[in-house]
Amino acid sequence: MQWEVVIGLEIHAQLATRSKIFSAAATAYGTAPNTQACAVDLGLPGVLPVLNKEVVRMAAKFGLAIGARVAPRSVFARKNYFYPDLPKGYQISQFELPIVEGGHIDIDLEDGGSKRIDVTRAHLEEDAGKSLHEDFHGMTGIDLNRAGTPLLEIVSEPDMRSAKEAVAYMRKIHSLVRYLEICDGNMQEGSFRCDANVSVRPMGQEELGTRSELKNINSFRFVEKAINFEIERQIDVLEAGGKIIQETRLYDADKDITRAMRSKEEANDYRYFPDPDLLPVVIEPAFLDMVKATLPELPDEKRQRFVDEFGLGAYDAGVLTASREIAEYFEAVVVTVDGAAKLSANWVMGELTAALNKGGQDIADSPVSAQMLGGMILRISDNTISGKIAKEVFEAMWAGEGDADTVIEAKGLKQITDAGAIEPVIDEIIAANPGQVEQYRSGKDKLFGFFVGQVMKATQGKANPQQVNELLKTKLNG
Amino acid sequence: MYHHKTIAELSRGLAAGEYTSEQLTRHFLQRIEVHGTALNCFITVTADEALTQAREADQRRARGEAGPLTGIPMVHKDIFCTDGVKTSCGSKMLDNFIAPYDATVVRKLKEAGMPLLGKANMDEFAMGSSNETSFYGPVKNPWNTGTVPGGSSGGSAAIVAARLAPLATGTDTGGSIRQPAALCGVTGLKPTYGRVSRYGMIAFASSLDQGGPMTGNAEDAAWVLNVMAGFDVRDSTSVEREVPDYRSGLERPLDGLRIGLPQEYFGEGLNIEVAKVIEVAIEQYKQLGAEVIEISLPNSKRSVPTYYVVAPAECSSNLSRFDGVRFGYRCEEPKDLEDLYKRSRGEGFGSEVKRRIMIGTYALSAGYYDAYYLKAQKMRHLISDDFKQAFESVDVIMGPTAPDVAFELGAKSDDPVSMYLSDIYTIAANLAGLPGMSIPAGFVNDLPVGLQIIGNYFDEARLLNVAHQYQQTTDWHTRTPDAFM
Repeated sequence: MQWEVVIGLEIHAQLATRSKIFSAAATAYGTAPNTQACAVDLGLPGVLPVLNKEVVRMAAKFGLAIGARVAPRSVFARKNYFYPDLPKGYQISQFELPIVEGGHIDIDLEDGGSKRIDVTRAHLEEDAGKSLHEDFHGMTGIDLNRAGTPLLEIVSEPDMRSAKEAVAYMRKIHSLVRYLEICDGNMQEGSFRCDANVSVRPMGQEELGTRSELKNINSFRFVEKAINFEIERQIDVLEAGGKIIQETRLYDADKDITRAMRSKEEANDYRYFPDPDLLPVVIEPAFLDMVKATLPELPDEKRQRFVDEFGLGAYDAGVLTASREIAEYFEAVVVTVDGAAKLSANWVMGELTAALNKGGQDIADSPVSAQMLGGMILRISDNTISGKIAKEVFEAMWAGEGDADTVIEAKGLKQITDAGAIEPVIDEIIAANPGQVEQYRSGKDKLFGFFVGQVMKATQGKANPQQVNELLKTKLNG
Repeated sequence: MYHHKTIAELSRGLAAGEYTSEQLTRHFLQRIEVHGTALNCFITVTADEALTQAREADQRRARGEAGPLTGIPMVHKDIFCTDGVKTSCGSKMLDNFIAPYDATVVRKLKEAGMPLLGKANMDEFAMGSSNETSFYGPVKNPWNTGTVPGGSSGGSAAIVAARLAPLATGTDTGGSIRQPAALCGVTGLKPTYGRVSRYGMIAFASSLDQGGPMTGNAEDAAWVLNVMAGFDVRDSTSVEREVPDYRSGLERPLDGLRIGLPQEYFGEGLNIEVAKVIEVAIEQYKQLGAEVIEISLPNSKRSVPTYYVVAPAECSSNLSRFDGVRFGYRCEEPKDLEDLYKRSRGEGFGSEVKRRIMIGTYALSAGYYDAYYLKAQKMRHLISDDFKQAFESVDVIMGPTAPDVAFELGAKSDDPVSMYLSDIYTIAANLAGLPGMSIPAGFVNDLPVGLQIIGNYFDEARLLNVAHQYQQTTDWHTRTPDAFM
């Protein structure tokens, strides 16, 4: 049977505020346990939550960026359940009236097309603390530093039909929240994570199959692997005549499997109701206009502009705009080189990205600044160096040996463009290789490369390759 | 004697140097030592702290920095968190809880320079109308120690009635200030919802809870409300609205005051003798120039059922934080997490609290939410609308605070519904968020009767004025039980 896969994602983006959503405690990552948990975070008797208005601004920004309706009135609700790292016995979230409704994200498909994924809603909520099951000898430690950290939960429609689409969607949201500067996107620290709802149904069937929910996946790679495992598991069960039960499953990255956590029957009845400690969040049109004015150029707009303005292909433009930092770096290079956009794109996407990946560095930490890279590309454009020599220059810049001109000067890498200097070298090589000259002239064209190589070798790569080509041709054919 | 003086008189005496705060505080501490145990009205007496604060108040006065309340000792209901002092909420669950911070009300009265004598007994988590649900045992009514003082602020009411302090704070979710004020013959004011900060006041039903003063008379309540009231950034439901000087309007004559008498408050269930006392009080108001208008609050009969959905629903969630994990009672040797939860809560909470958690959990459950919680919210709107309409033609609404005088200890312990009906006249003001007062208006069988006055939103000044004018021409509020003269 042909099966159709149906996937919806719930993404939790931690909002990049300095203090928590309902208290003044700091949100910094990695401090000693329970040092960033105040009376409100601890859920002490008598304390009350007070909304951090910054989260409203951030959520509104997101809503505007995806073309959603930012609700003029949204309501915080309590989601009641017991867990030791949930201090109040309820999580403050939004239920019936979320702050963002609707909206959409366009993703690129592998076949070059694009697809629109609808966003159902995005709502504000507080994170729970952390239970630490190791190092406590049969007991559990509770760290409430994370309790009360603001989250924006972004819920998609079940619009994705493969793990690849799900990853593309997740990447797109990831890129967007970082563009908007509302989330640092750090997946290792849990600032950006997702739950995936996965089901399969016979191709052509309207009704959705029973889904399972894969919890708390915090890398793009794991999302793809977890979903693919789950798809296969469900198809196997169905084809063996079994039934899928609605349940929550956990992805085990070490074994690359998903495991059942709890079924629907065991699931909590969260007894949602409006939180009487908090007033409804009211957003005035004037506030929304103000937020709108702070929206940066969004990834899709930027990408189109890169195509229009720089003549880049859609793919290159997509790669260069995937993160705001890379796009800004690229634009700074282009300004320096005065228009050699394609060449700049190749260097940013090629050598620079490779070097960054190798060291696991962010572009912000690149030892080669956009101005330095631009300066080097200028030397390629004006024929001071060849593309091949440029790689050597780049490596030297990366190693901290100064800007392109300094490196070229210090290492004597300046390209030889004087025909008077290249010609004697060619003559010498032709004279030293009569056999090859003979073969070439009798039709073995491939030997041309041999001569080029000999010349470059003799000039330590500094001869202008184009000139070498022309002069060689004249002399060999003549 | 100091304990027969009003807050206003004490303030003047302190200012004139007739006595010091330390003398006053020692006097009240001594009275507490003599009478406190018999009435069981204190959970904690903070004698050392009180004397330290009294000496500080005297020094402050010496520096010329004393405010109107500086040096006058007082008591907090044990629902208000007090930094470094046990805050039990009347529950075994918090018997070991030392609050690490001050409630906003506590901070304000502390900053005003009022020494804290101790923490008053109360119904467990403020759930009760007789003070019998307290883990620390019932409070006795000073007028007849065989009867209840009312609840949940029964300790506070008994303390003021027995003149063990000139002020005790209370909280009122469904009548918990007014009903015990009535049963003990003191003046109790529940302000408009949002007038007084709830920060640090252990939550029972967040959308109904409101703190207020319990005093010997309305003028004292005005002095105290001046300090208690006001917006608090820590409480999002407190209202950003200027606080008037509640003392300034007290002397306003009542000529032309329009008093609404809801027919629903004088029907079946009301003790006929209590009704007579209220009628006499209304006559007195007529003498003072007021006009009486019959009104109707047609939805008031639905107050009790509405309340017993909303309040338990909110409390079922508010009390989830008492889980034995971070503070409060934890069971011995829990087997696992579930055992920890079940036994800590099972052993830590009393039966009335458990009953309400069960009711509330049920009312919020999937499939029942619409039929109970949502419907109750709609009823709240209808009840509020009744009042809105009434206040178009009247200035205040009056009636009995409670359907009867204090009942005998144990009389209603096994009959929760009959107990719940003790608050039949007070609950509606909470559901609507309106301010309400109870003032002493007479006696039936030697037990006090309270007159309830309900005002429009933020009209506390008018309520206090109306109460004060009555107290200028009657002496019910000055009566003291013989044993506590």
